Amino acid sequence: MIQARIVKLFAPGPESAGFALDVAFDAASGVTVLYGASGSGKTLTLDALAGFVAPDAGRVMLDGRILFDAEARVNLRPQARSCGYVFQNYALFPHMTLRENLAFAAHQLPRLERHRRIAELLDRFKIPDLAGRYPRELSGGQKQRGSIARALIAQPRVLLFDEPGRGLDTALRTDLHSAILDIRKTHQTPIVVVTHDLEECLAIADSVLIYDAGKIAHRGTPLELLRNPGTPSVARLLGDFNIYEAEVIMLDPGRQTSRIRMLGQDLNGPHLRGCFKGDRVALCARPEELRIAGKPGENRIRVSATVRTTERPQSVRVDFGNDLVIDVPRETWRGRPEDIWIEVPPESLRQLSRDAKTETPKASERAR
Amino acid sequence: MMDWFPLWLSLEVASGATLLSLLFGVWLAWLLVNRNFPGKDVLDALATLPLALPPTVLGYYLLVIIGRSSWIGRAWEAITGTPLVFTWRAAVIASTLHAIPLLIKSSRAALESVDRACERAGRSLGASEWRIFWRVSLPLARRPIAAAAALAFARSMGDFGATLMIAGDIPGRTQTASIAIFDAVESGNTKLANTLVLVISVVTALIVFLANRLERRRP
Repeated sequence: MIQARIVKLFAPGPESAGFALDVAFDAASGVTVLYGASGSGKTLTLDALAGFVAPDAGRVMLDGRILFDAEARVNLRPQARSCGYVFQNYALFPHMTLRENLAFAAHQLPRLERHRRIAELLDRFKIPDLAGRYPRELSGGQKQRGSIARALIAQPRVLLFDEPGRGLDTALRTDLHSAILDIRKTHQTPIVVVTHDLEECLAIADSVLIYDAGKIAHRGTPLELLRNPGTPSVARLLGDFNIYEAEVIMLDPGRQTSRIRMLGQDLNGPHLRGCFKGDRVALCARPEELRIAGKPGENRIRVSATVRTTERPQSVRVDFGNDLVIDVPRETWRGRPEDIWIEVPPESLRQLSRDAKTETPKASERAR
Repeated sequence: MMDWFPLWLSLEVASGATLLSLLFGVWLAWLLVNRNFPGKDVLDALATLPLALPPTVLGYYLLVIIGRSSWIGRAWEAITGTPLVFTWRAAVIASTLHAIPLLIKSSRAALESVDRACERAGRSLGASEWRIFWRVSLPLARRPIAAAAALAFARSMGDFGATLMIAGDIPGRTQTASIAIFDAVESGNTKLANTLVLVISVVTALIVFLANRLERRRP
């Protein structure tokens, strides 16, 4: 179990803006994904956990053991932290064969045990025939598996992955995700994965921390986040959301409904928390939850021309402009009517917090 | 009869100087790359100084530092019973000082070019800094360092000014090939001068060729 509060400040330079990382989170066994745009502080967090970067303030604990504590002036060396790190470029030693790479990591084990562990991990990651090859003789996927095997052989208490799927094709990424999920099944160690790839995040995460400009903007399981992105900025980071500004015309707390003006039309809306008549609210809807219709009706918006269509595995994504993107079943889109109306079911609209500020650590955490 | 002593002495002095330069040069380069300490900039500048100073000035400094009246010179004499200056050992020291900037500069560039992620991987796998240096950084930087050592050897072979100042020109004891060439030209012994010049040129050319080959090959 990782309990971390990490603060790291970078003062602005003559040609660079300043940056402040201020995050607090717990990561139990299972896969915790740090998801966000490049430059939001994800890899910096990973480096602070591994001991490559010393935070300016905060505390990092792993299974009850203090790895870093700014106040107590504790900062364990990376060697003493038992953090397995799988690097973005794999970082296999280029002058050693795959077997020698693994042996380097297992140097503390007795000779026979070392050989047994190496053989076991080479088998497990389906690379026993490649043991004598140098990294330059391996493909990206093979290097990736070798790198994970090397990290595991040192028997870490936590496994850190930095952008593991970067540069891999779809098939290899699927293999990688299976390997990570397999480790989750067989090891009780927490796994922390940094990625800016939403598909990867949703494929492997048990819980997700959404990073935005050095802060954790939102957290939850993938399903929770997709159901409730919380703020417009998180909804944008999670992609695939139509985000709208709406004006509250009427509220009916008894029926848990509302009436809103959105996209120039009055529509039935969901129950809106903390709103009054006349307020402006941010709402979002997923493209697959909006429906296409051939005639006017309840909660339908008339659209004119399509801006762009994109083929997707199960559907066609149609962009009508004005932040109106919808996924239409391929058959429906082929037989589409002349006049197109988009139905916006009230339950598809989710309220977003107007305050786009990111989470700040709890008061108890701040006191540390 | 041709006297080959100056040539053998030059090879011995250059070997000793290269070995010392390798030991101290790589260590200093590692310090400059991996550690932050007060006076790092001063050390960096001092490491380059022998490249810029005239050899006679370097020799003079050495006379002051390890001469018979300096505390180092006196300590050496008290322990070994012989002075340090005007011996082959002094020639090794002079040549080391002459060659070490090359090794520091090249080793530093070589160590800096080692993928940081590999060193970090070593740390995350629990390896000590010493083990990472021996098993990861040094093997990855070995070719440019070996090339620099070859060039340092060639440079040590050719040292004249500093060696003359600190080791003198004692035939059969401290007279290196460079100094013997100067003596031979002065005394009109063209045959000896030509032979030594030819041998030194061939040896140096071979070393430069080797250094270039080492630098070009991938790790």
